[in-house]
Amino acid sequence: MQLSRDQLLKAYRQMKIIREFEERLHIDIQTGEIAGFTHLYCGQEAVAVGVCEHLSTDDKIVSTHRGHGHCLAKGCDVDGMMAEIWGSRDGLCKGKGGSMHIADVDKGMLGANGIVGAGAPIAVGAGIAAKIDAKGHVAIAFSGDGACNQGTTFEAMNMAVVTKAACIFVFENNHYSEHTGFEYAVGTNKDIASRAEAFGMKVWRGDGTDFFSVFETMREVLEYVRVPGNGPAAVEFDTERFFGHFEGDPQRYRGPGELDRIRETRDCIKKFRASVTGAGLLTDADIDAVDADVMDAIENAVAKAKAAPRPTPEDVLEDVYISY
Amino acid sequence: MARMMYREAVLSTIAEEMERDPNVVVLGEDVVGGNGTAGGPEAIGGIWSTSAGLYGKFGGDRVIDTPISESAIVGAAAGLALSGKRPVAELMFADFIGVSLDQIWNQIAKFRYMFGGKTKCPAVIRMAWGAGYNAAAQHSQAAHQILTGMPGLKVVMPSTPADVKGLLRTAIRDDDPVIFLEHKALYGVKGEVPDDKDFMIPFGHARLSRAGNDVTIVSTGLLLGFCEAVADKLAAEGIGCDVIDLRTTSPIDEEAILDSVEVTGRLVVVDEAPPRCSLANDICAMVAEKAFASLKAPPLGVNPPHTPVPFARELETAYLPSIPKIEAAVRKVLSYR
Repeated sequence: MQLSRDQLLKAYRQMKIIREFEERLHIDIQTGEIAGFTHLYCGQEAVAVGVCEHLSTDDKIVSTHRGHGHCLAKGCDVDGMMAEIWGSRDGLCKGKGGSMHIADVDKGMLGANGIVGAGAPIAVGAGIAAKIDAKGHVAIAFSGDGACNQGTTFEAMNMAVVTKAACIFVFENNHYSEHTGFEYAVGTNKDIASRAEAFGMKVWRGDGTDFFSVFETMREVLEYVRVPGNGPAAVEFDTERFFGHFEGDPQRYRGPGELDRIRETRDCIKKFRASVTGAGLLTDADIDAVDADVMDAIENAVAKAKAAPRPTPEDVLEDVYISY
Repeated sequence: MARMMYREAVLSTIAEEMERDPNVVVLGEDVVGGNGTAGGPEAIGGIWSTSAGLYGKFGGDRVIDTPISESAIVGAAAGLALSGKRPVAELMFADFIGVSLDQIWNQIAKFRYMFGGKTKCPAVIRMAWGAGYNAAAQHSQAAHQILTGMPGLKVVMPSTPADVKGLLRTAIRDDDPVIFLEHKALYGVKGEVPDDKDFMIPFGHARLSRAGNDVTIVSTGLLLGFCEAVADKLAAEGIGCDVIDLRTTSPIDEEAILDSVEVTGRLVVVDEAPPRCSLANDICAMVAEKAFASLKAPPLGVNPPHTPVPFARELETAYLPSIPKIEAAVRKVLSYR
């Protein structure tokens, strides 16, 4: 399916905003101004955007500890997210969640999640709700090759099949569960999709470094799952993680030249640009204009986050039904 | 008023709320029962008979049999709750929080706070707890001592059919996650229950089940009845006991306890969980902090020993706080000089 010029520009902008949002975080975290643990999604943008470009706010997603990309792709406010990661009171979660716990339920974003494997069961519940409502909405569980080894993910896949939840398990295989290789940690066939298949689901596979592969694959998956009664499906995207497990990770597990190689040959943003300019769908000038616009948006978000009011000690006791 | 069993109060309240609000859904292991068998659906209706007939009345979309997957049950309840439904999930036994603790502790309890107050999570997680069935170490435990310490959860422990009715309705209509602990030894107990389909008991309001000026006894669940028996016996001797049924351990009705201790000066807390970090210790400490001047004797907890729940009848009986043990504790605080 050929995307319109506007669709292409929007998809590119979404990927680029995730990339620059995180490249900037990578710099700002090193100054020590941002507190806590941060896990960057850079390199995987084509998956989040290729999936979420098909979704409306009535479709739900559940994300992971590496969740910035999913949040941004699902429509979470850039300024609100930056402010949240800076721990500001203007943050999407008023500075109470931080990088690993960003949510915007009104936008169908049911939360990043600090517990690996915790999201899939929640997505099943949202998928059951979608099935009950029978309006063709879906719920998507983003999981990595780490979460695919959690028992909760197995429970969730089986329960989704049994209850015919309108649920899609999107496995992003970035080849590392924290600091351990996929080749070591995923036993069966070195393949995640075949696990889902064994639970009785229809499965797809795609290239997670190619936006068009993700987008076209997801079009088929969604066509299937949006049909009431069809139940869940799963898809595995092969992708790359450009940074460490967490910010500050020395990445001693990487092979020589690995990061340079994947940045050079497996960068979804470079590949997108080459593809659309090569096919004459967009010009370099079109893309450069988006790049400039994105850089401004990120600069602006950081400036706002820095200037935003800090939470007060009194705020600790807000947003819980009781405190003692 | 209607006379019904504790278990019937559970079932009828869920049915009434499902009738009233199409967003209320029930899920759990065997809540329908018999799916995929020759006996057909509804062969069971919940192992406690607390969902019997719901499937026939409300259908499979709203009464959902799940595989034995407790993490996925609580997780699905979380996802349903975040998607506008009001799930009532059953964990069968409170002991099974062990296999679903992440979804309870790290997920449903935290959403509202962690997401900056914009998120509701109206999930009710029901589970049967407590000893008295000789069900041994993994099917007889208390769980309130663990769950009460988790910010964001409301923890409810009804002792009578009427309280089941009023508290479960409040739980289902509440926008926060509620752990609803049903004492399995009380399921067959009968009591008068209001007919009003909007009868609700607010959380954090204890019930005074016996009134007296000499000693305050605080409890809930199965042991509340034991405390009442002690109070009735002592009343014949002219000793007056306030017996306070907590109803909810979080929020807790501190005021009711403190008001009573101000008059009696003596406190016994009877708790079915082992002593360390227990509800009994928590309440004794709270009273020592906030009503020290009123105290005429050290507050005293009555707990089982710090052991798993044993199996044999003699052992389980020895394990549980008994009427004689509670009476001895009350006499001890009364005789303190």
